[in-house]
Amino acid sequence: MARYLTIRLLQMFVLFLVFLTILFFLINAQPGDISAQFVGNPDIPPEAKQILRERLGLDRPLFAQYLFYIKNVLTLNLGVSFDHYPRTVADILLTALPRTLYLFLSATILSYIVGFQTGKMVAWRRGSLAEKGTMVTSIILYTVFYPWFAILMLWFFGSQLNWFPLGKFLTPAQWFDAPYTANMVFNTMLLTMFIALAGVGLVIWGTNRFIAEPVQRTRARRMLFALIAVSMLAFWLISPMSRFAADIAYHTVLPVTTLTLVFYAAITLLTRSSMLETLREDYIFTARAKGVPEKVIRDRHAARNAMLPVTTSFVLAIAFVIGGGIVTESIFSWPGLGLTLLNAVRVEDLPVAMGALAFIGLLALFAHLVADILYAFLDPRIRVQG
Amino acid sequence: MLDPDVLLADEARWRIRLRLWSRSFRKNWEIFSRNKLGVTGVVLVAFFGFLAILHPILLATVWDPDIYDPVRGNDPVIIEKIIVPDGEVTDPVTQISFTEAMIYGTLFPKEGEVVAVGQAPAPPNGAHLLGTDPFARDILSQLMKSAQAAFTLGVIAAISAVAIATTVGSVAAFYGGWVDSWLMRQADLILLLPLLPLLIVIGSLYTVGLWQLGLLIGILSGLGATAIILKSQALAVKVKPFNDAARVAGGSNWHIITRHIMPNVLPLSFLYMMFEVVGAIFLEATLSFFGLLSIPMSWGIMINTAHTQGYTLFGLAAWWLLFPAGLSVTLFGAGFFLIGRAMDEVVNPRLRTR
Repeated sequence: MARYLTIRLLQMFVLFLVFLTILFFLINAQPGDISAQFVGNPDIPPEAKQILRERLGLDRPLFAQYLFYIKNVLTLNLGVSFDHYPRTVADILLTALPRTLYLFLSATILSYIVGFQTGKMVAWRRGSLAEKGTMVTSIILYTVFYPWFAILMLWFFGSQLNWFPLGKFLTPAQWFDAPYTANMVFNTMLLTMFIALAGVGLVIWGTNRFIAEPVQRTRARRMLFALIAVSMLAFWLISPMSRFAADIAYHTVLPVTTLTLVFYAAITLLTRSSMLETLREDYIFTARAKGVPEKVIRDRHAARNAMLPVTTSFVLAIAFVIGGGIVTESIFSWPGLGLTLLNAVRVEDLPVAMGALAFIGLLALFAHLVADILYAFLDPRIRVQG
Repeated sequence: MLDPDVLLADEARWRIRLRLWSRSFRKNWEIFSRNKLGVTGVVLVAFFGFLAILHPILLATVWDPDIYDPVRGNDPVIIEKIIVPDGEVTDPVTQISFTEAMIYGTLFPKEGEVVAVGQAPAPPNGAHLLGTDPFARDILSQLMKSAQAAFTLGVIAAISAVAIATTVGSVAAFYGGWVDSWLMRQADLILLLPLLPLLIVIGSLYTVGLWQLGLLIGILSGLGATAIILKSQALAVKVKPFNDAARVAGGSNWHIITRHIMPNVLPLSFLYMMFEVVGAIFLEATLSFFGLLSIPMSWGIMINTAHTQGYTLFGLAAWWLLFPAGLSVTLFGAGFFLIGRAMDEVVNPRLRTR
């Protein structure tokens, strides 16, 4: 498996370089290149133009410029924003990155867990009223035009019912005397989320490895999961940051729910059809004939095998969640990478736009890597042969 | 050259083709029409097609272009209001304050005077069945014009994507080896591209209209996801014995690809055309919603207008601004999606309900 992962990592790096190449030529293929607004100005004397050209590196051949660009991106030297002048692009993007990561992670994880369970149940009870209801809801959610749906959610829950705030990241009035910056609190939230996730992964791996007996394994797992949940809760109850974290969390509910709902529908539909395929297999028939309990057939025999196509779909889902994330960020004014990209594009802040695009590309690649690792764990053919 | 069909039958070749084609069409339609949702999809798409065709006819006959043109038209609803002092407006429908009257062009307002005020957006009325937008343009006319744009974009994207994907898939499956790995690695790469952010940047750097966007989506999808799917189908076709027969009869590589592999991949291609349309429309509407495309009118632009003019949170109070456009994108997409699913059952017998 180590070999498989090394190869994947190398592939990802090459892909990232290709992506950067596309970005570079996208900028350079523009009619009247980016330098024209400095170099083409008739009020600037020719000597000053020459100095500017040299400073911008425009006197060098295209290939040298290209190498320079790649080097700059890889060392996070992305330049200075036109719009927020003294701030560097890297600074702006690194502030925005955790927020996008949070939206992306929570929406993906929630929709996969809930969507898989729903899809499993619905396929099991084919033809029931619950199945029809879920199917209709899912198809509606799946085909609805997402920006419109997000606007409606904002209107209904934010304005009509007044349950949730109308977008943004926090309530400024509560933060006047705050001893922390918003990002400090937020990054702590993200960190605890990561630790909890890693804990869950560790528990699953550990119990699989060391406890052979299924009933004991389930019991141990439940206890350890409860332990993780309790320690998380305890940490946030004791922490002096909890008041501010609660404010941020309150602002995240609506955007995360909206993005999750649409994505959840897709997962449910996919799991259902995958599960229906699996239920027609011979080994399900055999298990029934052997007298294996129905619940065990559903969870152990069918759902496990129905899981593989759903996991593969994660690769396609990444693009979907990233696109949906940009729309969500724009409508709920959630200050992440997507909103940064859109705002930069609107005021023609090219360094920030290009930097944001590179970051989003990197995020997509990283998500693919995670998907590959997960897949390697799930599929013994890769796990064993590697 | 000898033509086997001429030798075997007296009928003209095109007539045989036509008969075979209509027979298979009737058989497939029978399977298709058993799927109620698929028929719903056809009805939905036909409805939007009707809207798109009706628009130029209406503009040429009944509708005055100065009023009903989707982009240039202007027809604020005139309402007479009585001027009352500031802060004493009790009924905003019939009364208007001094300040507001000045904004609307009455420079010296007097109390009790009646002024005519142009109202936009106006709710649905006799002249405008779906009301007018914040710039006093007819919503129904915009809706119909957008349907044209949607069909144009969908057709361009779907045809280019499927044409490219069928060729790429067939060639990759037929030749195998390095041609195959090159084309498939390329597809993997395109699959990895974050499409929406990339299109956002392209839309801001370049002038992107319907044709450019359609071709861009078509090429990216045709070399990417669709190519991978169609290649797997082409692989299944490649091992069929009729290819060997064609080879023995002296068929060239190109003959086998175009006459034996491609026609057998085409049914699946048609299926993916439907999904292609959905993807293209959603991308276009999202980009238009961000205001990044140079298209005169589309459903995304209608939502963008309502959103940027501050009607986002009006919800049902200004339903004619957000709902017709949003529902149109959704239903148009749903129509093609449902057709695609039903066609899936025609192409893929395993999916049919038993």
